[in-house]
Amino acid sequence: MARAVSTRRKAAFTAAAWLVAFVIFFPILYTILTSFKTEPEAIAGFSLFPSWTAENYVEVQTQRDYFKPFMNSVVISVGSTLLALLVAIPAAWSMAFSPTKRTKDILMWMLSTKMMPAVAVLVPIYLIFRDTGLLDTRIGLTVMLTLINLPIVVWMLYTYFREIPGEILEASRMDGASLLNEIVYVLTPMAIPGIASTMLLNIILAWNEAFWTIRLTTTNAAPLTAFIASFSSPQGLFWAKLSAASTLAIAPILIMGWFSQRQLVRGLTFGAVK
Amino acid sequence: MGQITLKNVSKSFGATVIIPEIDLTIEDGEFVVFVGPSGCGKSTLLRLIAGLEDTSAGAIVIDGRDVTGEAPAKRKLAMVFQSYALYPHMTVAKNIAFPLKMAGEDKAAIDRKVADAARILNLTNYLDRRPGQLSGGQRQRVAIGRAIVRQPSAFLFDEPLSNLDAALRGTMRLEISELHHQLKTTMIYVTHDQVEAMTMADKIVVLNAGNIEQVGSPMELYKTPKNLFVAGFIGSPKMNLINGAVAAKHGAATVGIRPEHMQISTSAGEWKATVGVAEHLGSDTFLHVNADGVGPLTVRADGEISVRHGDTVFLTPDPTKLHRFSEDGRAM
Repeated sequence: MARAVSTRRKAAFTAAAWLVAFVIFFPILYTILTSFKTEPEAIAGFSLFPSWTAENYVEVQTQRDYFKPFMNSVVISVGSTLLALLVAIPAAWSMAFSPTKRTKDILMWMLSTKMMPAVAVLVPIYLIFRDTGLLDTRIGLTVMLTLINLPIVVWMLYTYFREIPGEILEASRMDGASLLNEIVYVLTPMAIPGIASTMLLNIILAWNEAFWTIRLTTTNAAPLTAFIASFSSPQGLFWAKLSAASTLAIAPILIMGWFSQRQLVRGLTFGAVK
Repeated sequence: MGQITLKNVSKSFGATVIIPEIDLTIEDGEFVVFVGPSGCGKSTLLRLIAGLEDTSAGAIVIDGRDVTGEAPAKRKLAMVFQSYALYPHMTVAKNIAFPLKMAGEDKAAIDRKVADAARILNLTNYLDRRPGQLSGGQRQRVAIGRAIVRQPSAFLFDEPLSNLDAALRGTMRLEISELHHQLKTTMIYVTHDQVEAMTMADKIVVLNAGNIEQVGSPMELYKTPKNLFVAGFIGSPKMNLINGAVAAKHGAATVGIRPEHMQISTSAGEWKATVGVAEHLGSDTFLHVNADGVGPLTVRADGEISVRHGDTVFLTPDPTKLHRFSEDGRAM
């Protein structure tokens, strides 16, 4: 028997969901509102009503160049995502379609690397980057973010590929498809939504990564995370400018996330429901 | 043409033997059903013929050509899967056209053959839909359509109806039988449902633990089962198998009598029995009784019979329809 849910209950759940969503979104909203305040307004205390000044944005842009860290963020997040996909697609593919006795162990081992605190390997990685000339380079950071996110990318793709029924691949073999045709006409179209979801999520993760991007860069390869951090010193905190810088940093990814929310939700929940 | 011969074919996964050694010949145009309980190796046998599994030993010969080492596509066989295995991102038309496209046929020929298949299978109005927008029966028809356009030398069906509801299963059963009469192509059909096997097959292959228990026409298997396994598996409701004194009286370790081969009376008969559950189907009534000195039996009675739970009835088995089995389970 289906559970009868009264209208009142539904309304209460809807209101609660909106409330939770609002609480989660509030810091971002407050950052955006603060970016339109004057500096005295920003430190004056809690207020949801800015004077709608754009001076912070002008100042942020004149003090520091926004375009360069923006381009660094784009190159590093997209670059590291493509590199991760290049490695992870064949890896996840073979684990999903030709698993061995050790496949589960390998997957668990990969995931376990994410459990280690990043700071534990800061010194050795810093030294390796210094000695190989990778400090403050886009290539260095791209490689670093690729390695950091690779376990998640492999896991997501593995879960997705596992959903493709083996019988469909067998059917294509019976239908006379060569391996190439099988990949082009059957596998890829079925895997594209999963690859797209993984790509979007990984770009967001890489875009927001702050630990390594701040520590391994200074000026040349500094992405937007470092751009935000640069406003927190040295003359003390300028809340309004910091908020403007933060808004500028998160705006691109927020817009991208907004337009791709369906794929993202699918990416985060696949495997959960059949 | 579509003659398929299995010569000493065996299949093992590691140390586990799934199919010990099988010899079987399927004649051109025959409708052969592989039937047996779950895990008896019938699907594995079909997949070996299809080329989706490699044989551990033996040879598979199709129309005189040894195809044992050949890829599935080269065997000129078409397969219909239990899960339909349609391409979800393609329309019905594209699904049906896929094997033709792979065979490199030109567009005009593909369009014509797809239209023909759609007409035969009543899918003309659904050609632009995707599999997700179709019912189970329609999806199964698309899967069959995809198989027939290639004009294969044989069709392989792997439990194609088990995902459908009972009513649709009955309809599709007829449609597949009808298709066989139209196309006259060899069909190998795997099922665990003995009703499907009995109603569709020219020849039934009964499998148990990877071994062929018996091969024959449906009526041969029904009338003269070679052993206890076939006797118990073929026929619905199942044959009653009786041990002990009753069997000894007939000089056998076990005797079998089908539910429809016993006369039922309320006054006199060979075995006195108490009625348990009576299943009224309208045309027939299946009585589950407990006979004194014999044990539980199922009896097929007239649909109009009026007996109730706890009533006493008398049963008389038809002596000409009695099956006798030896100690090792073989028919005597």
